[in-house]
Amino acid sequence: MLQVWKSFYARSDPAKAYSLLSPALILVTLAMLIPLGLMLSFSFFTQTSFTEIDYSFTITRYIDFFQSNLLVSLLIKSVKISFIVTFVTLLTAYPVCYYIAFYVKKNKMLWLVLLTLPFWTSYLLRVFSWKIILGTKGVINSSLINAGLLSEPLTFLMYSETAVIITLTHAWAAFALLPLYVSLDKIDFSLIEAARDLGLSRLETFWKITLPLSLPGIIGAILIIFIPTVGDYVTPALLGGTDGRMLSNMIQAYFGKVNNLPLGAASATIMLITVAIVTMIVSYTTKKLTQRIS
Amino acid sequence: MEQKNNTLLIYTLLYFAFLYIPVLFLPIFSFNDANYMSFPLSGFTTEHYEEMWAKTNLHKALWASIKVGVVASVVSTTIALFAAKAFARYKFRGQNISYGAIMIPFLIPEIILAVAILVIWLSLGFKLGLVPVTLGHILFCTPFAMLILIARIEGFDFSLEEASRDLGENAWGTFYRVSLPLYLPGIIASLLLSFIISFDEFVLAFFLTGSDATLPMYMWAQMRFIQKLPHVLALGAVIIVFTTFIVLLAFWLRNLGQGKEKAEFGIKIHE
Repeated sequence: MLQVWKSFYARSDPAKAYSLLSPALILVTLAMLIPLGLMLSFSFFTQTSFTEIDYSFTITRYIDFFQSNLLVSLLIKSVKISFIVTFVTLLTAYPVCYYIAFYVKKNKMLWLVLLTLPFWTSYLLRVFSWKIILGTKGVINSSLINAGLLSEPLTFLMYSETAVIITLTHAWAAFALLPLYVSLDKIDFSLIEAARDLGLSRLETFWKITLPLSLPGIIGAILIIFIPTVGDYVTPALLGGTDGRMLSNMIQAYFGKVNNLPLGAASATIMLITVAIVTMIVSYTTKKLTQRIS
Repeated sequence: MEQKNNTLLIYTLLYFAFLYIPVLFLPIFSFNDANYMSFPLSGFTTEHYEEMWAKTNLHKALWASIKVGVVASVVSTTIALFAAKAFARYKFRGQNISYGAIMIPFLIPEIILAVAILVIWLSLGFKLGLVPVTLGHILFCTPFAMLILIARIEGFDFSLEEASRDLGENAWGTFYRVSLPLYLPGIIASLLLSFIISFDEFVLAFFLTGSDATLPMYMWAQMRFIQKLPHVLALGAVIIVFTTFIVLLAFWLRNLGQGKEKAEFGIKIHE
């Protein structure tokens, strides 16, 4: 029997592949899929007192969510802030990647390492450094007051949606830079030269050749920024104040001091579904767009 | 290749400034002789560093972070090494689904992972602490580690392993004598980067630590009190220098003996 199994194993690639994959798949199942399933079932329960939960099935938590003006507006705000951050990050990062892909000749790798290096330093500290910059007694305000340009500190800088957007744009930059660079660097430069030789202007060449060819990178960047920023907790908690609060801050409260696990689980599930919907829309649009190009 | 474009060059340099300057304020103010972080700087001092070093809670938190980071990086790199080899070497049914499943922890909002682990941990009646944090970090680091290792293993000449087997070496011997030395730079890079991810990770720790603070949790607690900020700045500056050193070391290792084309990233983006 063992011999049969051994000879089957020796010949079968899938068997070998799956035995190599098994630790990772077991990890994902035990530490993520089952917990996510349990979280989903919690969203159908009811918190009856501070310590007790009624385990009978109900969809009331979802009704609670959509009847709560606060929760719905926080969901909308989270999505809105994420979209703005994604858009601003793409727009500001694209020219940088374009420059490195097409103009830098020596030590490209060094440029890229330098671009991604700040991303590896603590996220908490990067967010915190924006608190130093934007705070009422922070770098911007104290400099402007010292220069005599201001008498009162600018209060809108801190504890606002703007503060959250600026900070998130800085924090997630590396995620946009890598996929954008990869797709731009793959473009065969002779295509661009050919377009120019055939009389297209710089702008037309960019619009008709470079931009469509870098589409995979753009899509990658959109998803990779949008998904984590929707659920960001640290930035709104440190810099958002009441104006810049996002859905994650409420989810944290439900699992913390408010202690309503089922409603927290329902909110998290709704966040996950939102992310899934956006991902599907973006991937579907890409498919259509790429089909049209090729 | 284009010749020159000074406008774009200037823009790129400004963008670099935008990326780097905010982070530099931490070390700058950590040497400033004042409790507020505002200009003008009032004088040079190292007292914030002395104050930092005197905090015993900080030592505890540092030790907790090191323990979690070492376990998380070793376990996730080991798991990722097997997975990376499966993807780099074999073509099989369900390849894309398996790849997607392993990448999910990297792709969904971290707060959802944290909440899910919290719910199951409490339901099982376990106590919160460093164990669930480590579990969360292993889950979160594995996709990163796998990306790094796939980039290293891809293009590896697997006939070397077959030759070793044909010459009578067993599976373990082949791994130890042939594969491991060739994978080693990638493995060390993966260990270092996973350690850094775990060391700096906040959200999972925030939900799952209970009373055993990790270093980011310790900083979070201190950040609320304005009078405690200066020593947090000093600590932040130390962490930034330490992280930068480890990451540069990892990048350098990762590129050892690699072709120029493949060597361009700390992590390889898969399509």
